[in-house]
Amino acid sequence: MTTAYTPASEPSGGRSGSLRGRRTGSILADRAATVLLWGTGCFVLLVLGSIILHFALAAWGVVSVNFVVGDPSETSLGGILPILWNSVYILVLTMMISVPLGILGGIYMSEYAVENAITNAIRFAEESISSVPSIVVGLFGLILFVDDLHWGFCALAGALALTLFNLPLMTRLSEQALRAVPLDERSASLALGATKWQTIRHVVVPLAIPGLVTGVILTAGRVFGEAAVLLFTSGIGTPVHYNFLNLDITNPASPWSPFRPATTLAVYIWKLNSEGLGIYVRQVVDGSAAILISMVLIFNLGARGLGRLLTRRLTAA
Amino acid sequence: MLNGIRRIGAVGVAAALVASACSSSAATPSPVPVTSAPTVMASAVVTPPPATPTPVPTLSCQSGNITAAGSTALQPLVQAAATAYQNQCSGATIVVNGGGSGTGLSQVAAGSVQIGDSDVTAESKLATADAAKLVDHIVAKQGWIVVTNLDVTGVKNLTTQQNIDIWTGKDTNWNQVGGPDLPIVLIFRPSSSGTRSTFKKIVLGGATEATGGQTLTEDSNGAVTTAVTKTNGAVSVIGFAYYNDPANKPLLNGLQLDGIDATVSNMAGGTYKLAADGHMYTNGQPSGLTAAFLAYMLGPNVQGTLIPSLSYAPVVK
Amino acid sequence: MAQLTSARRAPGLRVAPSFSERIDLPQRVVLVAAGSMIAIVVLLLTFVTWQGLQLFLKDGVSITQILSSTWQPDPTYPPVIFGLLPFIAGTVYVTAVALIISTPLSVGLALFLSEVAPNWAKSIVQPALEIFVGIPSVVWGWLGITILVPFLSSTFPAHISISLPIVGTVFGMPGFLTGFSWLAGSLVLSVMVLPTITSVSYDAFQAIPQELRTASLALGTTRWQTIRHILIPAALSGVLTAVVLGMTRAAGEALAVQMVIGNSPTLPTALTQPLTTLTSQITLDMGNTVFGEPWQDALWTMSLVLLAISILSVVLVRLINARRLGA
Repeated sequence: MTTAYTPASEPSGGRSGSLRGRRTGSILADRAATVLLWGTGCFVLLVLGSIILHFALAAWGVVSVNFVVGDPSETSLGGILPILWNSVYILVLTMMISVPLGILGGIYMSEYAVENAITNAIRFAEESISSVPSIVVGLFGLILFVDDLHWGFCALAGALALTLFNLPLMTRLSEQALRAVPLDERSASLALGATKWQTIRHVVVPLAIPGLVTGVILTAGRVFGEAAVLLFTSGIGTPVHYNFLNLDITNPASPWSPFRPATTLAVYIWKLNSEGLGIYVRQVVDGSAAILISMVLIFNLGARGLGRLLTRRLTAA
Repeated sequence: MLNGIRRIGAVGVAAALVASACSSSAATPSPVPVTSAPTVMASAVVTPPPATPTPVPTLSCQSGNITAAGSTALQPLVQAAATAYQNQCSGATIVVNGGGSGTGLSQVAAGSVQIGDSDVTAESKLATADAAKLVDHIVAKQGWIVVTNLDVTGVKNLTTQQNIDIWTGKDTNWNQVGGPDLPIVLIFRPSSSGTRSTFKKIVLGGATEATGGQTLTEDSNGAVTTAVTKTNGAVSVIGFAYYNDPANKPLLNGLQLDGIDATVSNMAGGTYKLAADGHMYTNGQPSGLTAAFLAYMLGPNVQGTLIPSLSYAPVVK
Repeated sequence: MAQLTSARRAPGLRVAPSFSERIDLPQRVVLVAAGSMIAIVVLLLTFVTWQGLQLFLKDGVSITQILSSTWQPDPTYPPVIFGLLPFIAGTVYVTAVALIISTPLSVGLALFLSEVAPNWAKSIVQPALEIFVGIPSVVWGWLGITILVPFLSSTFPAHISISLPIVGTVFGMPGFLTGFSWLAGSLVLSVMVLPTITSVSYDAFQAIPQELRTASLALGTTRWQTIRHILIPAALSGVLTAVVLGMTRAAGEALAVQMVIGNSPTLPTALTQPLTTLTSQITLDMGNTVFGEPWQDALWTMSLVLLAISILSVVLVRLINARRLGA
C-alpha cells in the first residue's frame, strides 16, 4: 500500500503543489512566527531595561541619603523628605480606609452573593469606577470635598478620592483571593458545626491571607504613583521643612495632620516640570522619578515575594 | 431643585465623615454663605474697590493658621514671604498652595482659603456679586519677556507691530522680521492663563491669535521654557523670574519690546509695558493673622529686599 | 477553636438566637461594604453629570454648538463659541493610533507568554510586565519630554516621504516642526496600554482548553497554524475586551499625554502635527477658570464626555462577552 496520505485539513491551503512543498511553507511560517513572538518578548524586556538604565544613570549623582532625608532647597540640590513623607502619608491613609472596605466587599462577593440584581449592580459599579479616567475622579473630589464641603486642598480629600479610585481593584483582588480557597476547607468547617461567619473568619480569610496581602501591596503600588487624582484634591504646595515633633493633628502645620495640603512625589514631578525654577530642577526630577520607580519596583517584587513566602508558611503548599 | 439635592447629598456625606475640622482651624471664619450658581459674568466695567496698602507696623506677630492659594506666578513670592514670617513668628502657620488664579479666586470667594492669589482682577473672572465681596491687596508688579530659541540669531528686538504680525500668524518665517530662514513656532500659554490675556491685551491689542500646526500650548512657565529651548524657531512669553534663572538664561534669547530692555527697573519705571499687578484677595477686610501677613507683604522686608531678589517690582517704595 | 455560641449554655438545649445572629449581622455588614461601591458610582455619576450639564442648563449653550470645531471660550473677545470637536477628535485620533501601534505588539506578547515561552523566560517577562504597569504616568510623560520629543524633532525634521522605484511617492508627510505631536502622544500611550492589553489577552489565551491545542497538533498542524486558525478565533472576545480596556485607559490618560502632544486646539492634518485632547485641555484650563463661569462649565462638559466614553466601554465589554457566553 503506497497511497500517499494527505492530512485531513491543510488550513494554510491555497498552495497547490506537492505535499512536501506545503509542509515546508507551513514550517517556514511557523519558524518566522516563533522568531517574531520571541522578538516581542525581547522588545518588551529591552524597553523596560533601557528605561530602568536611563533612570539609574540620570539619578546616579543625585540620589543619596541626603537627597532622601533632606529638605528642598532653592540654592542647592536639597532633598525631597517632605514630599516623600506626603506620599507615604497619603498612601497609608488611603489604605486604612480602602483595605477594610475592599476586603469586606470581597467577602460579600465571594461568600454571600447570589446572582441577583444587587450583585449585578455591584459588578457593574466595580467595572465602571475602574474605567473612569483618574482625572474625572480627581475633579469629582474637587467638587465634593474641596469645594462643596469647604475643606480646601487637603490630604484627607486626596485620600478619600484615592479610596474611590482604589476600591474596585481592592474588592476584585480580595474576591479572587477568597475564591481561590478550596471548597473543601469551607465544607469541613461547616461539617464541624461552625456558622458561616465563623467559617469565613477563622478558616477562609486566614487561608486567603497570602492573596490578600499581595492584593494590598499591588494596589498600594498603584496608589503611590497616582498624580492626576491628587492634583485637584490635595493640592500643589511648595514644600517646606516639616516639624515631625508637632503631633497636634488638628494643626495644619503638623505633618501628621490630614487637614493640610500635601504634595506627593508624582505631583511634585509634575509641578517641577510645569514651574520649576533653579539649576537643579532637572536633577531633582530625575532623582524623584528614580525613587518613584524604585518604590514601585519594591512594591511589585515585594508583593510577589511576600505572597510566595506567606503561602509557604501559612499553608502546607 | 437638583442643586438642592446636591447640597443635601453633600451635607449627608459631611455628616458621615466627621471632618469639619478642616476649615474650623482657620483663624478667620468665613462670613460668606455658599450661594447658588452665580449669574452671567459681567465684563470688566465695574470699578474695583481701591487697593489699600496703607503703611502699618511691618511685623506684628499673630498666631493661627491661614491658607493662601492661587496664582503660580505669585507662589514663589508668597511662599518666600510666608517662610520668612513664620521664621520670626512661631505661633503662625501659613500654608501656600498653587492651583492657578481661577482656583485662588474661587476658593477665597467660597471661604475655603483666607487669601486668594491672582494675576488678574477678580472682576474679570468672578460674577459681580462675588467679586464685590473681595478686597484687593496689590503686593507686587510682575513682568514678562518675549524669548526665542537661541537659533533665532539677529533678532534682538521686536516692535509691537512685529509682535502682532507674528502672533496673529501673518508672518510665518523669521526672515520676515530680520532673522534667519526658519519657520516661526508660536508657543502659547493656555487661553485661560492670566499671562496670555495680559499679553493679548497689552501687546496684541486684542487681535486674534494664530492657530494651527505651527502653534503649541504649554501649561506654565517651566513647561514653556523647556519647549522653547527644545524647539527650533520657537518664540514665547515667560516671567522675569524664569528668564533670569541661571539655569535658563544661557539657553534663551531674550528680546526687547519696542527697543526697551526687559528689566525690573524699566518695568517699575513704566517704560517696559508688558507688566501687570499681582493681587492677593481676601473675603472682606482681613483680620488677625491674615491682616498681619498682608501688612508684612507690604512692608520693607518684602517690598525692599525679597521682591527685587525674585525679579518682581515693589509697589510700596 | 471555633466557639459554638448556639450551644454554649447547655448541651442539647436550643437557645434563642441573639440579635446579630437573627439578622445575620456579618452578611449585612459586608453587603453594605460591597454596596458602597454602588453608592460611590451613583454619587460620581450624579455630580459629574449635573456639573457637566450646567453648560446647557444654566449658560444656555446649545448641543449643536459643542459639535462645532471653533473653540473660543474667552468672554473678553466675543463671540464665545464652545466647540468641543477638536478635543473629541483629538482624543479619538490619539487613541486610535496608539491602539494600532500597541495591539499587534500586545497580542504577540500574550501569545509569546502563553504558547511559546519556556518557563524561565516567562518568569522574567511576567514580572517585567507588572513593573511596566506600575510606572506612573508622570514618569512616562517626563520620559516623553526628555527623550522622545527631542529625538523626533532632530531625526525627522524634514519632509517625510516614502517612495517606491516605479510607483513614485506613495506617502508624504510634513516633518516634525517640533517633537510635540500626535505621533509622540500615541507612542507614549501605546507603551502605557501595552501591559493592559497583554494581560487581558493572556488570560483569554490561558482560558482556552488544552484539548483544542492537542487536537490541532494531532492533526499535524504547526504551532503557528494552531495559533492562527484555532487559538485566535477562540480567544477573540477576550482580545476584543482587552482592546476596549486599553482604549479606555488611553482615552482617559491626562498628564502624560498633555506633556507631549503640543495642545494646539485645532484638528491635525498629519501625524507630525500637534493636537489636543479632552483630558489635556481640562488639565490646562481647570486651575485658571473660576467655578461657575461658562468656561469652567465647558470643561465639566468635557469630563462628562470622558465619563460617557468610559461607561460606554463597560457596556461594550459586557456585550462582547455576553455574546460569547450565549453562543
